[in-house]
Amino acid sequence: MSRDSGAEVVLRLDRITKRFGALTANDAVSLTLRRGEVVALLGENGAGKTTLMNILFGHYVADAGSVEVFGRPLPPGNPRAALAAGVGMVHQHFTLAGNLTVLENIRLGTEGLWSRSYAGAREKVARLSRDFGLSVDPDARVGRLSVGERQRVEILKALYRDARVLILDEPTAVLTPQEAEALFATLRKATARGLSVIFISHKLHEVMGVADRCVVLRHGRVVGEVDTHATDKAALAALMVGGELSLPRAEARTPGPVLMRLDQVSTPDRGAAPGLKAVSLELRAGQITGLAGVSGNGQAALAEIVGGLALPAAGQLWLHGQEPETWTPREALARGVARIPEDRHHQGSIADFDLTENAVLEGYRTRFSRRGWMDWRAARAFAEGIIKGYDVRCPGPETRIRLLSGGNMQKLILGRALAPGPDIILANQPVRGLDVGAIAYVQAQLIAARDRGAAVLLISEDLDEIMSLSDVVHVMSQGRLSPAFARGTMTAAELGLWMAGQKFGEAHAA
Amino acid sequence: MSEIVDILISASFWAAVIRIASPLILATMGELICERAGVLNLGIEGIMVIGAFTGWMAVYQGMPLWGGVAVAMAAGMLFGLLHSVLTVPFGLSQHVVGLGVTLLATASASFAYRLMLPQVTSPPKITPFQPLYIPGLSDLPWLGAALSQTALTWAAFAVAGLVAFTLYRTPLGLALRAVGENPAAVEAQGLSVTGLRMGAVIVGSGLMAVGGAFLTLSAFSSFFFEMVNGRGWICIALVVFGAWKPGKAVLGAILFAAFDALQIRLQQTALGAVLPYQLFLALPFLLSILALILMSRRAEVPAALMVPYNKGER
Amino acid sequence: MRLETIPNPSAARKVGLPALALLATLGVAMLLALIAGANPFAVLGQIARGALGSKLAILETLNRATPLIFTGLAVAVAFRAKLWNIGAEAQLYAGAIVAVVLGTGALGSPLVLPVSAGAAMLAGAALLLGPVLLKTRLGVDEVVTTLLLNFIMLLFVSYLLEGPMKDPMGMGWPKSPALIPEARLPRIVEGLRLHWGFALAIIAAVAVWVIQTRTTLGFEIRAVGQNPEAARFAGMPVNAVLVKTALLSGGLAALAGWSEVAGLKGHLSSDLSPGFGYTGIIVAMLALLHPLGVVVTAIFVAGIFVGSDAMSRAAGVPTYIADMLLATALLFMVLAILLTKMRVVRG
Repeated sequence: MSRDSGAEVVLRLDRITKRFGALTANDAVSLTLRRGEVVALLGENGAGKTTLMNILFGHYVADAGSVEVFGRPLPPGNPRAALAAGVGMVHQHFTLAGNLTVLENIRLGTEGLWSRSYAGAREKVARLSRDFGLSVDPDARVGRLSVGERQRVEILKALYRDARVLILDEPTAVLTPQEAEALFATLRKATARGLSVIFISHKLHEVMGVADRCVVLRHGRVVGEVDTHATDKAALAALMVGGELSLPRAEARTPGPVLMRLDQVSTPDRGAAPGLKAVSLELRAGQITGLAGVSGNGQAALAEIVGGLALPAAGQLWLHGQEPETWTPREALARGVARIPEDRHHQGSIADFDLTENAVLEGYRTRFSRRGWMDWRAARAFAEGIIKGYDVRCPGPETRIRLLSGGNMQKLILGRALAPGPDIILANQPVRGLDVGAIAYVQAQLIAARDRGAAVLLISEDLDEIMSLSDVVHVMSQGRLSPAFARGTMTAAELGLWMAGQKFGEAHAA
Repeated sequence: MSEIVDILISASFWAAVIRIASPLILATMGELICERAGVLNLGIEGIMVIGAFTGWMAVYQGMPLWGGVAVAMAAGMLFGLLHSVLTVPFGLSQHVVGLGVTLLATASASFAYRLMLPQVTSPPKITPFQPLYIPGLSDLPWLGAALSQTALTWAAFAVAGLVAFTLYRTPLGLALRAVGENPAAVEAQGLSVTGLRMGAVIVGSGLMAVGGAFLTLSAFSSFFFEMVNGRGWICIALVVFGAWKPGKAVLGAILFAAFDALQIRLQQTALGAVLPYQLFLALPFLLSILALILMSRRAEVPAALMVPYNKGER
Repeated sequence: MRLETIPNPSAARKVGLPALALLATLGVAMLLALIAGANPFAVLGQIARGALGSKLAILETLNRATPLIFTGLAVAVAFRAKLWNIGAEAQLYAGAIVAVVLGTGALGSPLVLPVSAGAAMLAGAALLLGPVLLKTRLGVDEVVTTLLLNFIMLLFVSYLLEGPMKDPMGMGWPKSPALIPEARLPRIVEGLRLHWGFALAIIAAVAVWVIQTRTTLGFEIRAVGQNPEAARFAGMPVNAVLVKTALLSGGLAALAGWSEVAGLKGHLSSDLSPGFGYTGIIVAMLALLHPLGVVVTAIFVAGIFVGSDAMSRAAGVPTYIADMLLATALLFMVLAILLTKMRVVRG
């Protein structure tokens, strides 16, 4: 990798400023990228990394500042111009049409709408696949591909358009450690051919491993720009969060009795998403059980069973030593199961309801109504209690929840779930997309609940989070569940092999 | 029973089937384009009315028949523009806007009709499209009679072919199929979601209006208020029945037209003496509901159908 | 361009934009009058006078508003749950048929009114039950099924009126026999042509409002309408809520037909409703789906119709101007309401 500071400047962002209402997402951010270089854009969630790249790519128009690619100014708000200038972007949420094939997705938008299709497309894709180590079947329907394969399609899309600058937004969030390694190998091939890469991440060890330079954003501002060889993780972390703020670590504890047990539970596959394959799992009092795995490997099916939204198609669910006769969300709530949903916007809250209404969504029937009549006074008091007890920053309980930040929204959901004193807690991606302060708060609450004797099931894609919080760890892959690994007995790389599904065969053979 | 067989093998029956299917095919193609792009267009019923009215009025005022078709198409596109402005960039409820457009278009046709012809009691007639003589084909026994159709019918089938070709064989069709599935994919590849969707709704609405104009310019020769009579809603059912694919939708329209032509003829038979005629008239609507039930959960609905796209949404 | 949520919209925005929508509709009205070759101000004046200019006009407007309040409520209740009931027209006729079946001598006096009202509601509810079960069980879109049912119902009414329900004294007209006096809704005040249906409609509006704001069912209906996934996750029986909503909505729409027959017409004919079911959608949307607002907008909409009829006779502008104005008002209003919450920004 070239680290010749005299290399040609391919991209220059100059004092970019972008406001969303009262929020300043980018405040005079400048950044330079040279030929053959990997620059990491580092910052915690909400620091403004994605906004900056969306401006570069033309999804947003900056309020001030300019973008230059290969010395020429880029017209704002025009993805087509960015693509034409050689900027390719791999979005965090893939931008693929599931009903089309890989080849069709790659070709989309590359030809004049009224012209005939380009005949050489297939050969070009095949050549790029070979050259960059991105193997994928060009005729497969994208809707049936795995997450890793979809990412390869995204990169191929950019390469097919002869991108010279590649932007990758949190590319490893959805990959196993081994898949991430393969991605890094692809990036090395790309930079060797003179491409330049902007790598957006909040994972320090990756940034240290892959980037030449590192630009750190905090609250929309550049707070530091360092050569990765001249710094270390601790220094970067301090830059990123603006001081010493460490995430809580759960200390080991002796677990209590089994509160919930799944015995050989299976569920049917749903399209490309695998169902559970004879999963057996024990959740013990006073224990955090971590569930690692690339998302889309059956975690959703497991969460639905634990949370009362689905019944096992085969196998048994035991709760406090009994098989429940009915199993619905209401039944789960009544039996002391608290649920923190994976998606707080779509599952966890109702955007145009106020905080009071959102606070009583789960308990309105049992605790905040009598004979079908709502008790709004009690509901409001409950909401006020959560706002105070869980530090929800808001104007008041009559605020519509859509106006809250992700962290405050999650605190309300956390308070709603924990207030009744549950003894089983399903925490599905509880800190995804939150800033460090909110992450620390939510994790501390989960640890405190465990210390009170609750059984916690923590589902996360973030291996670091799983390893630092969990007393025991399981890995899911293709709907199968690994054995339980006690805290500290496995390395990330070993868990990665389980995530990739490789170890399941061996365990079976042995 | 033998009566039914007699009907089914007669050339005049199949001529009627193709004639009845023609406006359905045109309007169904229009709706299909909209829905493939991710927009449900409930304006269809009213847009067919406005097409029937404007096409007829243009010809009544002295324009040639194809001029009438063009006027109808333009009028439909105008209402399509209204629909698409409200549902695409503004992302308003496609249900509410669609019904609003239907009400507005229907009322506009009635208003303009009364304004332009205040005194008439029986609707005036025009000379409609005549069946096309095609050398060779028209002289064939049976087939010649069954295919004795107007130019507008041939145009309907040509439109269906064109829609299918565009959707599956051109970059434009690729973009349309993508924008109804995941607009973000289209945006990320440098295409305009707003442009594609608005274009689809406008062109689709134009086709719906031509479907309506078929009624006044080819099937009947005058305009009356209730003439569309739910055909638009039936076309929406046909899109579902056809699984959002042009070929299957055309087959659905023909199947549907066959039942319609059959019920008209059955009314003249012994069956018609026993059963109330309203039952026969209700058959198309009952059939549509049945089609919806049969196709439920089987078809692959465009994933972004009825989901507005706002790129700033976070 | 892009839409951005306004965190705290100002009061001026919240009131001003809907007012602007109504003003714009007024502008369209004047434009249409000009096109029709009439004096725009005279046309507006004649519509207003025709709707409210005399005691008789006001009573006519309120009578016309009565079925619109019922269908408006039916739509408002259903749309709240994002249940797209476009079949109020059919449910209205179901109620009207029941009013005739039970009101022409099948039932004896004191019982007939409450029983036939209840039965009418059941009939309307039953009619919507089919589409809603198809939606919850099979995922069939209820918009199209309820629309199609309107056409089927009209043909069924036509069959009844030409066959089993035909009035033998009707001199060939397809209409039903007249209701017995006991089955008729009395007038609210003797001597004034306004029947109890109007009062019942207002009571129904208040009842719906109480259900929506004070009961668990109302909370569930709102939650299911705004975000069914979150409602399901929270443990609400989403399908059961939709069915309950449908029963309420269908029942309310049926009362429109029932009160038209029992209160106003005294018999059933196939022109009983000039599209009250569809107009109910406009009434509900203009009221922002608020049940008490429905009363106001129904009277407003009825006034436009009644006033336009009167204006048309005097000024010669086709009465269809009313339908055009209401459709325009609907579209302007949904846009205005959006813009009270969002603003258009560049990029």
